[in-house]
Amino acid sequence: MARASGASAGQGLVPALSEGPRVRAALIVVAAVFFLFFLLLPLLVVFVEALRQGLAAYWAGISEPEARAAIRLTLLTAIVVVPINTLFGIAAAWAVTKFNFVGKNLLITLIDVPFSVSPVIGGMVFVLLFGLPGLLGPWLAAHDVKIIFAVPGVIIATLFVTLPFVARELIPLMQKQGTDQEEAALMLGANGWQTFLRITLPNIKWGLLYGILLCNGRAIGEFGAVAVVSGHIMGLTNTMPLHVEVLYNDFNFVASFAVASLLVMMAFATLVLKTVLEARAAWKLPTLP
Amino acid sequence: MASAGRRTWTILPGLGLSLGITLTYLGLIVLIPLSVLLVKAADAGAAKIWAELASPRALAAFRLSFGTAFLAALCNAIFGFILAWVLVRYQFAGRRLMDAMIDLPFALPTAVAGISLAQLYASNGWLGYALAKAGISVAFTPLGVLVALVFVGLPFVVRTVQPVLEELDREMEEAAVLLGARRREILRRVVLPPLLPAVMTGATLAFARAIGEYGSVIFIAGNMPGYSEIVPLLIVIKLEQFDYPGATVIASAMLIASFILLLAINVLQARIRSWQGG
Repeated sequence: MARASGASAGQGLVPALSEGPRVRAALIVVAAVFFLFFLLLPLLVVFVEALRQGLAAYWAGISEPEARAAIRLTLLTAIVVVPINTLFGIAAAWAVTKFNFVGKNLLITLIDVPFSVSPVIGGMVFVLLFGLPGLLGPWLAAHDVKIIFAVPGVIIATLFVTLPFVARELIPLMQKQGTDQEEAALMLGANGWQTFLRITLPNIKWGLLYGILLCNGRAIGEFGAVAVVSGHIMGLTNTMPLHVEVLYNDFNFVASFAVASLLVMMAFATLVLKTVLEARAAWKLPTLP
Repeated sequence: MASAGRRTWTILPGLGLSLGITLTYLGLIVLIPLSVLLVKAADAGAAKIWAELASPRALAAFRLSFGTAFLAALCNAIFGFILAWVLVRYQFAGRRLMDAMIDLPFALPTAVAGISLAQLYASNGWLGYALAKAGISVAFTPLGVLVALVFVGLPFVVRTVQPVLEELDREMEEAAVLLGARRREILRRVVLPPLLPAVMTGATLAFARAIGEYGSVIFIAGNMPGYSEIVPLLIVIKLEQFDYPGATVIASAMLIASFILLLAINVLQARIRSWQGG
């Protein structure tokens, strides 16, 4: 492979130390074509379809009452879910990284479970618990509490699927940082909360923000789990992704892609903020979902 | 790690509070609901479980979900490896944009990916039209399911291989050159062995994600029972028909498959860490 002709390759490298220029170019082209077909075109389609009938139709799509109700419900869900799972993530990371106890590794694995379970199952377990034929269904019905096919169900299902995000950003970070700084603060007379607020929190802030960002993105975009519990009631229990689905299935493509384009912009903002946070944190943030 | 492992006491406060919050919340939101699912499935009885899982419709859905997920993981292993290699080792225009956008399938809501891919590969869509002329139909076939799953799993292999490739010691390759090795030998004996566990981990993560995927698939798949109907959709349909025992049995089978995969991923990640550590 590395014949002498390869010596003219690239940036004056020893031939065997890198691929020849042809292999290089071929690999870059393969990567670029794959990137184009699987990432760029799907994005472009959303905006082209959304604007197919002009700006007025686009605007009508995102400002009709059902769309506005969907946007409101999505924002409400994120506002409720993100703080709860942030507090959980901090508590879980503190327990798991600052102390040793039996079953710690099992606990870390269990925190990851919602990621490895189908979102459909994440929604359906709450139907089994709170739905009318479910375990607590008759009792809830008798007390006139609606969870399934209502807003609380949407929120609980979203809590399930976004539970691990903050914890799994913080755990590796806090493991690396150890406990020396906190112990020093405590020995100098700080109490527990002071230690957490002045020592731990500044140390983990970029990782924490990144976890919150991912949690928020998923809370806004969750589809499978929410689809099972929401009942798709227009104007009441439809989140933005569910509204996109209903419109698409009604062949109302312009409005569907218009609402979808808002979600694409949210995804873009998430990626841009991630890049900014990475530059600030000066380390590569672990991504996986 | 080693020093933390030896120390069994600490003066840090808050173990009771933080562990209490963690266990209570995790129990209420995840562990109890999932146990209810498994208990209800067991309640259905062996005959019902067998009848559900062995029904032709469920078998076809399992075959489709696991088969396409496997092929998608394979595609992602190959193209993810090429993307990671190109991003780490080469310089070219647009490299940083490409790097930043690899995470898009994680950030993009699955329903948006679903309608977008369905539109793109429909017989009158940008790519679907050209493919239809070549006699290939993607939308409303198992091939459409595969396309959606490749999209969803794209970042996993790239993001597991990238850090390992970045930390790979170039001096090892230089030493191999000085010892007279040819490029092909160096790739096979020096470069690939430490990367293999990372590729395997990424592909397994992509596979685990793909078998449960719902939003990005249902729009492009056409959802014909026995032909292009995935398992998560079958669960949803059974729920909508109030066939709770049927949905419970199938969901439990998926849940157990997910747990096995989670275990495999943990083992693979431990292997990567041992490569990096020593």
